[in-house]
Amino acid sequence: MLEITDLVHSYGSHRVLDGVSIRAAEGELVCVVGPSGCGKSTLLRSVAGLIRPTGGRVLIGGKPVDRIPDNLAVVFQDYSRSLYPWMTAANNVALPLRRRGLDRQRRREAAMAALDQVGLADAAEKYPWEMSGGMQQRVSIARALAYRPSLLLMDEPFGSVDAQTREDLEDLVLRVCAHHGMTTLLITHDIDESVYVGDRVVVLTRSPARVAADLPVGLGESRDQIATRQLDAFVRLRAEVGRLVRGGSSTSTVLEKH
Amino acid sequence: MNVIRAVGRVWLIPVTLVIWEIATRAAEQPFFPPPSATLARMGEMWLSGPATHLLLTDQALDDFGPSLARLFAGWALAAVIGVAAGIAIGCSSRLSGYLDPLIHLGRAVPPPLLVPFFLALLKLSTPAQLTTIVFGIIWPILLNTIDGTRTVDRQHLETARIFGFTTTERLTRVIIPAAMPKIFAGLRLALSLALILLIIAEILAGSGGLGYRLLTAQRTYLYTDMWGCLVVLGLLGYLLNSAFLLMERRVLAWHRNARQTT
Repeated sequence: MLEITDLVHSYGSHRVLDGVSIRAAEGELVCVVGPSGCGKSTLLRSVAGLIRPTGGRVLIGGKPVDRIPDNLAVVFQDYSRSLYPWMTAANNVALPLRRRGLDRQRRREAAMAALDQVGLADAAEKYPWEMSGGMQQRVSIARALAYRPSLLLMDEPFGSVDAQTREDLEDLVLRVCAHHGMTTLLITHDIDESVYVGDRVVVLTRSPARVAADLPVGLGESRDQIATRQLDAFVRLRAEVGRLVRGGSSTSTVLEKH
Repeated sequence: MNVIRAVGRVWLIPVTLVIWEIATRAAEQPFFPPPSATLARMGEMWLSGPATHLLLTDQALDDFGPSLARLFAGWALAAVIGVAAGIAIGCSSRLSGYLDPLIHLGRAVPPPLLVPFFLALLKLSTPAQLTTIVFGIIWPILLNTIDGTRTVDRQHLETARIFGFTTTERLTRVIIPAAMPKIFAGLRLALSLALILLIIAEILAGSGGLGYRLLTAQRTYLYTDMWGCLVVLGLLGYLLNSAFLLMERRVLAWHRNARQTT
């Protein structure tokens, strides 16, 4: 579904991505984790077609990304700058659907259905500034869902909310991504989160970013905020990812070197 | 509490009036008529007409009608041209590269200086007056619109790109609403400038209107009439600004609230 091959990007003489290769199968949720400032956002922006990488290739569904693909949605970290404050939640969700050729009534219905899925059916007529951060991020997720993308990109989607909201949103993302069978690339600096949410965790090195490890999570379909985090497998994998993010080498056998 | 606070804000007005009244009566200068005489004269000039005309006299219609028409026509014209051109320039870095120096040059020319030129060019006084007003007030609208269009949040624009908005959608749903707070700031500044330029234009190229009335009163030593014009112009400026703020508060409710909560 998603093939990133030898992606290289430099800002001037400053190299940010140094040959990053990541693959995601249909319906897979891949977490990309790495130290702050390692080029995770640049990676996401290259996949989204927002910037043209210096080198390498990105294929989505077998097609090269040369401009912004029409089957892709992004949830940004900064929901307050991504949602339009002059529109209600419902209109924020419905606006991108014009492109799908839906009439006003259908757009409205699709927006309401998506808001319902993220638990905001009652807040459809609220403006972003009337909502908490967690609610606004839910609207962002609803907007992406209603758009029905085949690839969902999330850039630190829970980075700006409190811990409790973060857990709720993690479970929400797990639920809706599984429900829609969406291929998802989630970028985070949070080790714990990458293991909890991902089917696979790709660890990037310090800048310039390379893939340090690509680890299958193997915790099964259903996850629970308390029980899953207590599993031995979870604890071991989290420690493994933690060591890799800090720049150490892997000691585990599950590691597949690229 | 609110009443006390409101009184606390306005008490200086009657006090000033009373002091002024006493001072002018004591001084007995023809240049400084007492406020009571000015008010009486204003009533006589403009508000002693028949009840069917809301008490407005013919003179009131002659003074206010043309002036208000010019004011609003000039302002509306400047708004349409300024906002449209501002969006075009703000969206195109090439266009702004060419036009920025010209805009800053044009803005630096004091508009009253151009009245004689416009008068020579356009012969009739009303087109010359309108041109003066438009030329004088378009700059804050233009510059604010350019700035507002240029400084739309990058993430707002990227979101529009990700979701494949058409050019029209990008413009009407994202760029214009985002630039609206700055556009409104420009429009409000332009409104107060419009009143100033209106009077200048009417004094320099006059044929009726409040500015012309002011000039004739001064030339015929009718200082109370002149003071009446000054007072009514002050009130007009205040009223226009208040009305505009009221409208802005409704249109930009999202902006005020969004800023309070973030």
